Amino acid sequence: MNYFPDEVIEHIFDYVVSHRDRNALSLVCKSWYRIERFTRQRVFIGNCYSITPERLIQRFPGLKSLTLKGKPHFADFSLVPYDWGGFLCPWIEALAKSRVGLEELRLKRMVVSDESLELLSRSFTHFKSLVLVSCEGFTTDGLAAIAANCRFLRELDLQENEVEDHKGQWLSCFPDSCTSLVSLNFACLKGEVSLGALERLVARSPNLKSLKLNRSVPLDALQRIMMRAPQLADLGIGSFVHDPDSEAYIRLKNTILKCKSITSLSGFLEVAPHCLAAIYPICPNLTSLNLSYAAGIQGSELIKLIRHCGKLQRLWIMDCIGDKGLGVVAMTCKDLQELRVFPSAPYGNPAAVTEKGLVAISMGCPKLHSLLYFCHQMTNAALITVAKNCPNFIRFRLCILEALKPDPDTLEPLDEGFGAIVQSCRRLRRLSLSGQLTDQVFLYIGMYAEQLEMLSIAFAGESDKGMLYVLNGCKKLRKLEIRDCPFGNMALLTDVGKYETMRSLWMSSCEVTVGACKLLAKKMPRLNVEIFNENEQEDCSLEDGQRVEKMYLYRTLAGKRKDAPEYVWTL
Amino acid sequence: MTEAEREKYSMINFEETELRLGLPLSGGEAESTLKNTCAVFNGKRVFSETSTTTVDLKLNLSSTSNTVSADVAKDNATAANSTAPPPSPARANDPAKPPANFRAQVVGWPPVRSFRKNIVSNVQRSNKKEEGEKGASTSGSNNGAAFVKVSMDGAPYLRKVDLKMYKSYQELSDALAKMFSSFTTIDKCGSQGMKDFMNETKLIDLLNGSDYVPTYEDKDGDWMLVGDVPWEMFVESCKRLRIMKGSEAIGLAPRAVEKCKSRS
Repeated sequence: MNYFPDEVIEHIFDYVVSHRDRNALSLVCKSWYRIERFTRQRVFIGNCYSITPERLIQRFPGLKSLTLKGKPHFADFSLVPYDWGGFLCPWIEALAKSRVGLEELRLKRMVVSDESLELLSRSFTHFKSLVLVSCEGFTTDGLAAIAANCRFLRELDLQENEVEDHKGQWLSCFPDSCTSLVSLNFACLKGEVSLGALERLVARSPNLKSLKLNRSVPLDALQRIMMRAPQLADLGIGSFVHDPDSEAYIRLKNTILKCKSITSLSGFLEVAPHCLAAIYPICPNLTSLNLSYAAGIQGSELIKLIRHCGKLQRLWIMDCIGDKGLGVVAMTCKDLQELRVFPSAPYGNPAAVTEKGLVAISMGCPKLHSLLYFCHQMTNAALITVAKNCPNFIRFRLCILEALKPDPDTLEPLDEGFGAIVQSCRRLRRLSLSGQLTDQVFLYIGMYAEQLEMLSIAFAGESDKGMLYVLNGCKKLRKLEIRDCPFGNMALLTDVGKYETMRSLWMSSCEVTVGACKLLAKKMPRLNVEIFNENEQEDCSLEDGQRVEKMYLYRTLAGKRKDAPEYVWTL
Repeated sequence: MTEAEREKYSMINFEETELRLGLPLSGGEAESTLKNTCAVFNGKRVFSETSTTTVDLKLNLSSTSNTVSADVAKDNATAANSTAPPPSPARANDPAKPPANFRAQVVGWPPVRSFRKNIVSNVQRSNKKEEGEKGASTSGSNNGAAFVKVSMDGAPYLRKVDLKMYKSYQELSDALAKMFSSFTTIDKCGSQGMKDFMNETKLIDLLNGSDYVPTYEDKDGDWMLVGDVPWEMFVESCKRLRIMKGSEAIGLAPRAVEKCKSRS
């Protein structure tokens, strides 16, 4: 390969797309490192504090697409205080100053200000795609800037962000010349948009394939939009409420009959169950259905709907579907690959799902590889059966709503059940545990979960041994997040080198002390060990023997960060 | 003042917030039993966030028991915030693990994104509103949570509550009582049971004594006595809450006293 001119090698590298493969290429030799860095267009940064923007730009001047993740995963569950960090601003400023021709930006759990959005919109002429997931800190003014200034915008995808609505007409800021939209998702916005502007925008976007509306868009507007965009493949319905006898509803039913290309459906943020029959005609074409926000639909209606959806590959649903409903899913959706069942109330519906529903799914859907399942109870026997029926799991996340609940039939911990899962599913990459668990389950995980990359643990284990089994056994572990477990200093300090092979470790309400964290930070200068001291009333310097409430450590080449709030102590 | 108004404006239930070392109140919320198990916990635990849910940690108060298992309580009506933290589930040196009975609250459990929790609960709320109505639906207007800091004089750390989780002063009062029940030491003044801030005869005694007064900082930065304005107006204007010792709240009293006088 060394005798080939660079151009040939570049050409070959074009076929190597995945981040990991490209990372591997760059390690082969200096010339490959050099060629790879100049041809690299897409970069994924799993922790925005692991590297500085300047260093990124210096290495990859041809950067076009950047993915950044900010806060730790447990921030989703309010375990990370408000102003912890994850700011987009320094990244945009650095990129704007450079000659990078950024075209795509994908952010998760970052704090995005209107100013950064404005700067983004003005700095990159060929900017095409903005995807924000679980971000916060911006308002509709920032969106207006994106709409107004990004002349070639193809994608604006807002997923589950906290956006302040300033009641400006951000959607109307798309100029008449903007005809390039392929994907527009504003389902998470709470305010109203100009319906006229929306309809006109859809009418002049012939490439629009994905459109997800928010709840302010009523059913009659939906009908007009669908008329103008029969090519839509992915639709998110905002409000689906109407009088079934009205003209508008009848028009909608007829329009839906024409939309044969819709394969993905979501939303129903507001829904009148009697209107659901209107979508039955498109159900047979659906490969993806997300009803996880449709709190207005009861179990029986869900079941009626599902019976029409024979081609589903992805289903996100609420637990009001019940075990019986999952049985219907198992019978109907033979191609199902991904299932998520969310709790419909903080502790779930009492009549909701149990281990029976999951077993039924495993029997009917052998292709299942991704699962997120909130349930009231689980048994070892059920998990063993599921493990046998579905050996292809890549993601297995089980949340038994009652923390520490044992197998209700045998009153034993769920070690054996989860053990069966890791033993059978050799390709498992992500696992979330729940229920009553001893150190034994961690022994199984360490022994069998060879491909495991992310593990989430809560209220489990008995001693440091548990955590050590995992750290020693799971060679590919990248993210470990632990809450309320009796793992302490010995577990933390036994193999400090391990943490440089991982992206991050989160431990909250465990048994580690300040002294141990200090020691770890001292031994491993390329880790940032952050402790959160949220105790407002006490003006204290933490003593070594004191237990740490929240610790987040991550490998980094950027050193201690300068934007940490007062309560974050980087040791 | 009518009984209904009294109900509406009462704040802290002092009996519930009283520190006790006895057995749990029979059939009651038993928040005070948390103190009985303080010996089990080492170190400090600090809560900063408030999207908590109720977890029923069943702790049998047997002498050998120093482990707990947690069951989740099904009753979660007001989703109030907790007082003392839950203990670690197990200790390595305890071979036998008797089940335990205990009530506490756990931050961030079950692990559902707050975004999702808010959307679903708002839809359910607006659906209930619609039950009597026909036709067009409400848009379930929720502009996000209204978290405010709550401090109580004498408590080692502050808490946060989401005012939008409650529909009345009574609900907020119950929630705060649960939250601070493990910290408060309230001298019982005579045979007072439920304290009622808007009760004319008790107010002066109360403010002169060592009882607690809920106050809040409004948008203008002024410290006001809780309970004067309609609930919705309060939620809009409240920036933070402080539960003051009665003796410090004298400055606020004239207003409340005037109000009482104007009612009599």
